[in-house]
Amino acid sequence: MILNLKNIYKDYQQEKLVVPVLKDVSLTVDEGEYVAIMGPSGSGKTTLMNIIGCLDKPTSGEYELAGENVKRMKDRELSDLRLRTIGFVFQSFHLMPRQSAAENVALPLSYAGVRKKERKRRAVQALERVGLGDRVGFKPTQLSGGQKQRVAIARAMVNDPKILLADEPTGALDSKSGEQIMELFSRLNKEGVTIVMITHDPKIAANAKRIVHIIDGEIFEDGEAAD
Amino acid sequence: MFENIRLSFQGIWSHKMRSFLTMLGIIIGIAAIIAIVSTIQGTNEQIKENLVGSGENAVEVLLFQGEWQYEMEYNGIPAGVPLIADEVVEQLGDIPHVESVARYVSRSCYNDVYRLNTGLSGGYVYGVDQNYFDTCDYIVREGRGFTERDYSEYHKVAILDEDSADALFQGEDAVGRTIEIRMEPYIVVGIVAKSREFTPVINTIDDYYTYAENSAGVVYVPAASWPIIYGYDEPQNVVLRTEGTDYMTEVGKESAGILNTYLSPQDETITYKAKDLLEQAQQIQELSSSTNTMLIWIAGISLIVGGIGVMNIMLVSVTERTQEIGLKKAIGARKSRILGQFLTEAAVLTSLGGVIGVVVGIVLAEVISYLSTTPVSISIPAAVCAVAFSMVIGIVFGVFPSYKAANLNPIDALRHE
Repeated sequence: MILNLKNIYKDYQQEKLVVPVLKDVSLTVDEGEYVAIMGPSGSGKTTLMNIIGCLDKPTSGEYELAGENVKRMKDRELSDLRLRTIGFVFQSFHLMPRQSAAENVALPLSYAGVRKKERKRRAVQALERVGLGDRVGFKPTQLSGGQKQRVAIARAMVNDPKILLADEPTGALDSKSGEQIMELFSRLNKEGVTIVMITHDPKIAANAKRIVHIIDGEIFEDGEAAD
Repeated sequence: MFENIRLSFQGIWSHKMRSFLTMLGIIIGIAAIIAIVSTIQGTNEQIKENLVGSGENAVEVLLFQGEWQYEMEYNGIPAGVPLIADEVVEQLGDIPHVESVARYVSRSCYNDVYRLNTGLSGGYVYGVDQNYFDTCDYIVREGRGFTERDYSEYHKVAILDEDSADALFQGEDAVGRTIEIRMEPYIVVGIVAKSREFTPVINTIDDYYTYAENSAGVVYVPAASWPIIYGYDEPQNVVLRTEGTDYMTEVGKESAGILNTYLSPQDETITYKAKDLLEQAQQIQELSSSTNTMLIWIAGISLIVGGIGVMNIMLVSVTERTQEIGLKKAIGARKSRILGQFLTEAAVLTSLGGVIGVVVGIVLAEVISYLSTTPVSISIPAAVCAVAFSMVIGIVFGVFPSYKAANLNPIDALRHE
């Protein structure tokens, strides 16, 4: 079990009003799973993703990531936990515009204290894994949207995280590039990578093996994806 | 660390115009400081060079009446001022860092010295002891110096320096010829000159008075034969050669103190005082350097203004790069890492400004030197301090923006447009 969320509540304070965003969410994800968390906008799926990604803390409830209880961790420990266990993929890629693909991919390695030569080697390896072995020295501006997202995936994978956490990974892509990204996800999952993907698009969600529907901050349905 | 520095240069390079304008305050401040310091240093070194170069490790201790050197010509021989005995000279020779001591009497001559009908006006007549030429670093260029017998047998012999030889003989051979000092015939036996050829650099009227006052020429006679000319043995002055320029002030004060213990004048304003070229020059210098210190402070204010500019631009930079910061924090960069990145960037920016400022300052100093003939000397420690200080400014004014960056909430930062 990699993810274990138990009775998670999350409230937001809006002026004097307390707005509940997540209500009693419990979810477990095992190693090697490929889960899509699906819901309309405002359903709380992004908040759930932030909590899973250790970017935000629940108001109440227990959360264990890779066997570690996140609740009482300090900021610095959370940084290290994110570095070691989570690979983030965002809708808008978030690449450093002035750095090459390889430098972008190597970024988390520098935080992990990997030596420069080794960083370069592993970055190139990660880029080859996502099919961009021939784009190592390219700047983000010289790459297409789909290629940028693959660079971002290589960056997420380069530190061998326990889980790949993707927030609308195809949201900024045309459908053909989106399909290629989904193919890449499926392949990575076959290679043993655990993937949690957040999307509002049922077609994209259908690529996952398991779909969790979330509506109004509650888990509405949790089941295997219909092929 | 090196990674951060490399990234900082990359960032500065990609915003050339903005970075340059940000650095401008630092550049101007540092350049002004370097230019001022170089000018001060240059003038100070000039003073030392003038003193050392002219062999003036010698400090004269003279009889003063109030603020002015005692004038034998008008006031006659003062009561209560004894001749300086040999034991006193020995006592002076025992002062630390004194190499040699000489006694002499002197008068400024208006109408005293003639060769045929050519007079020497504005010069001096010195009655010197046998140590005098050594102590003042003179060598005999032509003829001979004074001998034992010149003193013991009261020979009427004179030695000229080059200026008085020129004035009296206009290039003719002087040695062996006769001159008259107060109607007494004296035979010129030699011509002396400073052992080192040196022309002090004169930039100001003060320099002129400090270094150039003896230029009308001096006629030297043995102190023993002084009364033949002037009728009396007169109170002597002392000149002491020290081991180095730096000892002049100290030795001068100490020997004046010793000489004053033998005085019992009726006129209490009569005392021995050191006529210390170094001290005089320094006093002149202190006046201008206190003005310069003010200038340095004013230039310092421009550094603070520059620092605020850096802070401002760093805040802009943090806002611009909010998404980047958010991403870095999300994928596992610690706070300290972000803090370090922005602090490095601010420090690199201002250090670069400091380096450019030093270069501009050196150029500025050279231009000032060229235009006003003030000497400049570039001080390496000052340059290093200036760069280090500008780096400190970067760090101080970078702390707030960097702290702000490090504490951004990654969720909000990632969503920032």
